[in-house]
Amino acid sequence: MEGEMMTGNLAAAWGARLAGAEYIPAFPITPQTEIVEALAKWCESGAMPARFVTLDSEHSMMTAAGAAAATGVRVFTATSSQGLLYAFEVLYSVSGWRAPLVLVNVSRALAAPITLESDHNDVLAARDCGFLQIHAETCQEVLDSILIAYRIAEDERVMLPVIVNLDGFYLSFTREPVALPDPELVAKFLPPFHPAHLGFKASEPHALGVAVLGGTPYSYFRHQMHLAALNALVVHQEAAAEFERLFGRRYDLVEGYRLDDAEDVLVMTNAFASKGKAAVDAARAEGRRVGLVRLRMIRPWPAEAIRHVLRGRRAVAVLDQNLSPGQGGILFQELAACLYHETLRPLALCSFIGGLGGKNLSEGEFRTIFEQTAEAGVQGKGIGPVLLYTEADHREMVQLQGIAGKVGTS
Amino acid sequence: MTWQRETFKKIKQIPREEHVLPGTALCAGCGGLEALRLAAKVLGDDVIYVNAAGCFTMLAAYPFTPFKGSWLYTTMGSAPAGAQGVRDALDVLIAKGRLPERENLKVVVLGGDGSTYDMALSSTSGAITRNLDFYYFCYDNEAYGNTGAQLSSATPYGARTTTSPCSLQHPSGTMQEKKDIFEIWRAHKPPYIATVAPRYPLDLEEKFSRAAQFTGPKLFLALAACPTGWLYDPGETPEVAKLAVETGLWPLKEAVNGAVTHTYIPRRRPVEEYLKLQGRFRHLFEPTRQDEVIRHIQARVDSYWQGIS
Repeated sequence: MEGEMMTGNLAAAWGARLAGAEYIPAFPITPQTEIVEALAKWCESGAMPARFVTLDSEHSMMTAAGAAAATGVRVFTATSSQGLLYAFEVLYSVSGWRAPLVLVNVSRALAAPITLESDHNDVLAARDCGFLQIHAETCQEVLDSILIAYRIAEDERVMLPVIVNLDGFYLSFTREPVALPDPELVAKFLPPFHPAHLGFKASEPHALGVAVLGGTPYSYFRHQMHLAALNALVVHQEAAAEFERLFGRRYDLVEGYRLDDAEDVLVMTNAFASKGKAAVDAARAEGRRVGLVRLRMIRPWPAEAIRHVLRGRRAVAVLDQNLSPGQGGILFQELAACLYHETLRPLALCSFIGGLGGKNLSEGEFRTIFEQTAEAGVQGKGIGPVLLYTEADHREMVQLQGIAGKVGTS
Repeated sequence: MTWQRETFKKIKQIPREEHVLPGTALCAGCGGLEALRLAAKVLGDDVIYVNAAGCFTMLAAYPFTPFKGSWLYTTMGSAPAGAQGVRDALDVLIAKGRLPERENLKVVVLGGDGSTYDMALSSTSGAITRNLDFYYFCYDNEAYGNTGAQLSSATPYGARTTTSPCSLQHPSGTMQEKKDIFEIWRAHKPPYIATVAPRYPLDLEEKFSRAAQFTGPKLFLALAACPTGWLYDPGETPEVAKLAVETGLWPLKEAVNGAVTHTYIPRRRPVEEYLKLQGRFRHLFEPTRQDEVIRHIQARVDSYWQGIS
C-alpha cells in the first residue's frame, strides 16, 4: 500500500487541512491532542491558512465552532470522551442552528472510573443530538471521511454538523500508510463553503437559535432536522461515488466483509472491526460460513442498507463496544429495531459487549462469539447481552484487588 | 478630578431613533431592557447580539425580534465563546475579501447576572484573556429572574428570594454578600469596564460612546431594576434605579485600562429609603424591624465610599 506512515490523529489533521478548514477552535484532551497540536503548528507556519484559537473548555470550543460556522466559515474541531460530554448541550444548539461543521471525536471510555483507552459510550451518547456520525476503521478512512463529511454537511439538502469518529489509541496512535489526496482534486470534490441560508452581516440581519413558544414550531424545526438527516443517506452515496471517481477509494454506509455465502454475520464498528475481519478469516479457515458487517454511518441510521446485508442470514451477532447499564448494547437495540419488520429477518440476534475501556478482543473471544451465534441460529433463539470477560481478565483483576488490599475475592 | 461627559451633555443629545423596538415579552418596567434600549442608541443596528439563557432570551421569540440587527442564542454558560466564534469568523471573511468591511458587525454579549456572575465566568474570563473585541452587556437584576427570582451570586445580603427566604434561622433572607464581578473583570485588565443605571441616561450613553474607541473587551454592568423579582410596582422602576445610585448601593463608575473613576458621586441618602421601596426587603421592616441587618447594609456602603470623592 502506498502512502505516508501516519497516526489516525495526524490523518485527521490532514483531513482538516486538505478540506480547507478556515477556523479551528481547540481544547486539548487525550487521546485527541495530537490533532490540535498538528493544526496549531500548520496554522502558525502558514502551511494552513486558518485561524486557530484555544478556548477555555470544550463547552466554549463547541460554541465558538458552531457560531463561526453559522457566520459562514468552514470550521473544524476535535475532542474526546469527557470533552464531548462537557460540550454536550452545545451539540444540540449547533445542530439546531443547522451549522455544518466537522467534529472529530477520538473515542475514549467515560469516567468513572476515569481511563484513557477507547470505547464508544462517548460518541454514542451523542447519537440523538442532531450531528451525523461516520465511524472510521483505518487512518486512511479517517482522512477520507472528513472530506466526505464536509461535502455531506454543507449540502443544502442536509446542513447539519458531522462527527467523524476514530478509536483512541488503537487508531489515534497507530501508524498506517495513508495516501494524501491531491489538493487540486480535493478542491473539485469539495467546493468553497458559501452557505445560502447562513451568515450574519449588516445588510442582512439574521436571528438564529431564537426561542419558540409551544410545541408546534418546535416540532416543525425538529422534524426538519430529522428529514435533513435522512437526506444524508442519499447525499453520502452521491459523495462516495464522486470520491471513488476522483480518488479510487469506495466507502459505503455499511461495509460487508466476506458476506457472499455467510450464514452468520458479526456486526461491528470502528478499528476493532479489523480484528473482527481477521477473526472471520480464521473462522472461515476452520470451515465456518461467517462474515462481518461494519456499520460506518451511524447517523443517519442506514436501516435499509443494514436490512439488505442481513436479510436471510441465520444468525447475527452485534459486538457493542459500549454498555447502557441495565439495558445492554446500544447498537444491538437499534439493529434489532430495524430488522423487526423484515420478513426474512435472521432467526437469532445475539448481543455481545466487549472492548470496554480498550480491553482487547482475543481470538478466543471471537471464536466463542461465532460458536454461540451459530448455536443461537440453530436454536432460533437469540442470546445476550453477553459481557465478554475471560478467565485471564479475571485473574488479572483478582491480582489487582489483592494489591489494593481486598483479599479473598472470587 | 471630576469626571466630565464629552459627548452627551444634555438629554436632547440622545438620539431619538430606537434600535430596540417595543412589544417584547419582557416584563413591564424592566430596568434591564431600558438600559439596553439606551445602549443601543449608541451601538446602532450593525450589531449581532449573542445571548445567554436568561430573561433577555425572550426578546427574540419566533417569529419576532425587536432588533434591526442580528441575534444568536447560545447557552447559559458560553455566550462569550459564541461571540468569539462570530468575531473570528467575521474577521476571517473580511480578511479573505468575502465580506466587505461595511458589512462588519459589533459583537455584543447579552447575559443576566445568573450567567455572568457564575456559569459564564469561564468563557468570559477566556474571552477577556484572548482580548476578544466585543461588548459584554450584563443586565443585573440580582437574581435568577427568568425562573422567578432565585438566589444568584449577585443577590445582595438582606434580600429575600424564593430560594433564600426569610426564616427564623435566616431572618435576613440572603446571607451572602453580592459578588464583586466588576473587580473580577478588572483583574483581567480589559481596556474598558463600566457600571450603568437606566435612570442615568447621559452617564450611560457617554460610557458606551467612550467604550467605542477601545479594541478589545468592553464590559458593562447594568442595574436591572426588576419589578417582578424585587416586588414593587412597574411604574416605580425609575425611582428604584435612582435610589440604588443615590444611596451609593450601585456606584456608577468606569475602569479605563484598570484605572477606576467614579462617574457620579451621590450624596448618599440612607439605604433604608431604597430598601423600603421593595418587597424583597420588606421583612427587614415588618413585622419587626431588623435594625442590625439594615445597619450592616449601611455599613457596607459607607465602607465602600470611604475615601472616594
